[in-house]
Amino acid sequence: MLKIGPLLFESRLLLGTGKYPSFTIQRQAVEVSKTEILTFAIRRMNIFEPSQPNFLEQLDTSRYTLLPNTAGAKTAAEAVRIAKLAKASGLCDMIKVEVIGCDKTLLPDPMETLKATEELVKEGFIVLPYTSDDVVLARKLQEAGCHAVMPGASPIGSGQGIINPVNLRFIIEQAAVPVIVDAGIGSPADAAAAMELGADGVLLNTAVSGANDPVKMAKAMRLAIEAGRLGFEAGRIAKKRYATASSPVEGMSIG
Amino acid sequence: MMIVVINGESVSLPAQIVSVSDLLKHYELHEKVVVVEINGEILTGTEHQITRLSDKDRIEIVHFVGGG
Repeated sequence: MLKIGPLLFESRLLLGTGKYPSFTIQRQAVEVSKTEILTFAIRRMNIFEPSQPNFLEQLDTSRYTLLPNTAGAKTAAEAVRIAKLAKASGLCDMIKVEVIGCDKTLLPDPMETLKATEELVKEGFIVLPYTSDDVVLARKLQEAGCHAVMPGASPIGSGQGIINPVNLRFIIEQAAVPVIVDAGIGSPADAAAAMELGADGVLLNTAVSGANDPVKMAKAMRLAIEAGRLGFEAGRIAKKRYATASSPVEGMSIG
Repeated sequence: MMIVVINGESVSLPAQIVSVSDLLKHYELHEKVVVVEINGEILTGTEHQITRLSDKDRIEIVHFVGGG
């Protein structure tokens, strides 16, 4: 079970809700992914077109925990405001702190992320900051009281997979809260690798929504995350430089 | 008639709109999941009925959209 603050989840896959080809495909992808946590962004409503379809309205919100993000924020103050707007809906207590510090790489601003995390923890939110793979920052976010740390595998939407497994492992080893690898996952192999490193969960969006067949990819990600987790729990063998025979050396009927 | 700014746009509202609830009904948003902020003050759903609008109010109406 994945435990974030007081909440327990069977699934270790957190799924984003952006950029799907259609709501029908999105609904099916969400269904087969067996995710229990869906991320959303907060944006101005187009009040002159109220009939515009909205994915949230098509969702049985009692079945999912909503994880709104603070995407669009460039300062801690902006992130805190977005978090409060999300909470005022009465639908969620969780917040993904996302404070972008660089438009080109979409890497997070470490100082503002830490500040926003501190404030939102004080305000009583369940706080999940998106962070780079900085080991010391991950520790400081924990000291600030966050409920999970979410280091990126590689830049958002890049699909490059885990570019620094060494740092990720350090973050996982020192963590007292769940570590959810967020951003940059491209393939099921990447997701499985994150879980084999010992991550508690994976948050992804584009890897599914941008796949040729998002529904099939959602299933592949679910299986990869389950497989990676089982592999981690089972404990892999040590790597050796030379071969070791799997079949007995004794009793061969040759020669 | 009252002039307010909604999501950055200046809008004149008919006189019968008094509360935030009236405003949401006027734009057919009352059955949708929206959050309203007036002059920097974020309202919960239960406050919509009792919160009155004033001339020159800066109103933000936000909702949940797809995102990662």
